[in-house]
Amino acid sequence: MAEVITADLVDLDLEAGDRHEATRKLAERLAAAGRVTDLDGFLADVRAREAQMPTGIEGGIGIPHARSAHVTEPTLGFGRTAVGVDFGADDGPAHLIFLIAAPAGGGAEHMTILASLARRLVHVSFREALLAAPDQQTVVDLVHKEVLGR
Amino acid sequence: MKIVAVTSCPTGIAHTYMAAEALEQAAKDAGHEIKVETQGAAGAEPLAAEDIAAADAVVFAADVDVRNRDRFAGKPLIETSVKRAINHAGSVLAELEAAAARGPAPAAAGPATETAPAPATKVDQQAHLGTRLRQWLMTGVSYMIPFVAAGGILIALAFLFGGAEVATKVNGGTFQSIKYPGVTDLSKLVAQAGYAGLLFKIGATSFAMLVPILSGFIAYAMADRPGLVPGIVSGLLASAIGAGFLGGLIGGLIAGAVVIAIKQVKVPRVVAGIMPVVVIPLVSTLIVGGLMIVVVGQPIAAAQRGMTNWLNGLGGTNAILLGILLGLMMAFDMGGPVNKVAYTFGLAGLASGNLKVMAAVMAAGMTPPIGLALATVVRPKLFTKAERVAGEAAWLLGASFITEGAIPFAAGDPIRVIPSLMVGSAVTGALSMAFRATSRAPHGGLWVIGLIGRPLLYVVAIVVGILVTSVCVIAAKSIGRRVPAEGEAEEAVVPRAAPAAG
Repeated sequence: MAEVITADLVDLDLEAGDRHEATRKLAERLAAAGRVTDLDGFLADVRAREAQMPTGIEGGIGIPHARSAHVTEPTLGFGRTAVGVDFGADDGPAHLIFLIAAPAGGGAEHMTILASLARRLVHVSFREALLAAPDQQTVVDLVHKEVLGR
Repeated sequence: MKIVAVTSCPTGIAHTYMAAEALEQAAKDAGHEIKVETQGAAGAEPLAAEDIAAADAVVFAADVDVRNRDRFAGKPLIETSVKRAINHAGSVLAELEAAAARGPAPAAAGPATETAPAPATKVDQQAHLGTRLRQWLMTGVSYMIPFVAAGGILIALAFLFGGAEVATKVNGGTFQSIKYPGVTDLSKLVAQAGYAGLLFKIGATSFAMLVPILSGFIAYAMADRPGLVPGIVSGLLASAIGAGFLGGLIGGLIAGAVVIAIKQVKVPRVVAGIMPVVVIPLVSTLIVGGLMIVVVGQPIAAAQRGMTNWLNGLGGTNAILLGILLGLMMAFDMGGPVNKVAYTFGLAGLASGNLKVMAAVMAAGMTPPIGLALATVVRPKLFTKAERVAGEAAWLLGASFITEGAIPFAAGDPIRVIPSLMVGSAVTGALSMAFRATSRAPHGGLWVIGLIGRPLLYVVAIVVGILVTSVCVIAAKSIGRRVPAEGEAEEAVVPRAAPAAG
């Protein structure tokens, strides 16, 4: 199984006017890495989830996500934006954006990784470390350390 | 304090686990013990029964229905949205402490609604209700689909092996001038109607459960287990008074609402124990059954009489207009009273030697399931997984003139689906009349094509109707859905305030 995140899936200076653009930019990275086979199809699935209820949570976090037939393996795309993008949270725009892509038929084993990742997002220490990360590889290492314990 | 919690969100890969983590952290900080069941995509590890038994209070942080919630019956309960659990886990637990101090929930299976955060605005409440309504209908539909598939395919096989007369052999009546007494003693079923008759009888029995199961599980989705009895009874009554699936749909909703209302009534402790087992089923079934027979039943019977008279008067006028009208009626309720009036009109035509009406009726009854089946193949994304499965069975059901194959789709999304089906069936009905196709068979669909006059044109009429149905369904589903997913319109329909979203 490939790593859930690699350096080329990290965008530390994400520029986007709204949440759809932010999601698209991150999804393009996933598509370029071959983890998303149909960019528009995947984005439609993410939108469908976002339309049910905005995925922003307090503390400046947006978590666009979907289980989609167009995803080949469980993947995390990460974007950081100084300006912020509104993801519908009550306390303002999101600065940390996590695009979680899960394959539609993914087994429990795949999902466990994404589940433990989601759990880490709640921790303030993890968020602060991500906000302070100087480069892409630091983000990747942080995720590996916090989520996979290595 | 010992706490158990269930977290659950639509996709089950992010918020479910974040809410679990947030609750666990907050509980640790406040010195509580907590066990969380995450009903997400990684598979739910169920809470141990002894943990639930030992718990002082229960939290549901869920945006979709919590599975097996009756495990927690009688415990002090807080229900909230996943987002609120993530953002404000501390205050959720503080509310929970207050709820636990007040003691167990009033009715054994009733959620402690007084502690749940109230919807913030009227708009939010409406959006919320719409989503809930769809969830309720889809729950009923998903339990109903296996009955449609099993019964429908058995009936189709019966026609395939036994010919068009198999239904008449089993139910009694006259077919092509031969009078059949019908099977009253099931031990003589095979002798009288053959093995095809056996298939037909089993299929018809499964079909008879279609409306009761639909209404029963709509009520179950609304009001949990106590909803099942009044729901199923209302469905049986809807069938008995000939109110069809629309009657069952309304009956299920009424049953669920009545049970919810009864649960709100505060009762003394001594009575509380027998509420879910005796009082709620008894009172709700009586109320719902009474409503079905007295209020719902009469208008439907009257409408049916009126329509039959009207149709008989209309018979002399333009045949194509009649074809359109019969087509609209066949698709309107898919086996319900309106459909039955049109079908009876076809039978009456058959008896009096007008074979064109029967042909138009049968053709128009075949297009809804097949048109929907085609739509699920062309645009699978517009349909739920359950609907796509129903679509696979719908090919055969439609080809066998079992219009009920369309019900799973109509029950889940009546506003978009039913008009589309009516358009397609109207086209087919009109074409069949225009082509002057005839049918000597009262039932059987494509399997009795040998009894059809002008069979090629007849098939053309059906195929055109199927295409029209399919295009209309796809268009209706695309238009209605795309709006809330894009742009600013989204903000109006999606509840933004976290408490209201629970």
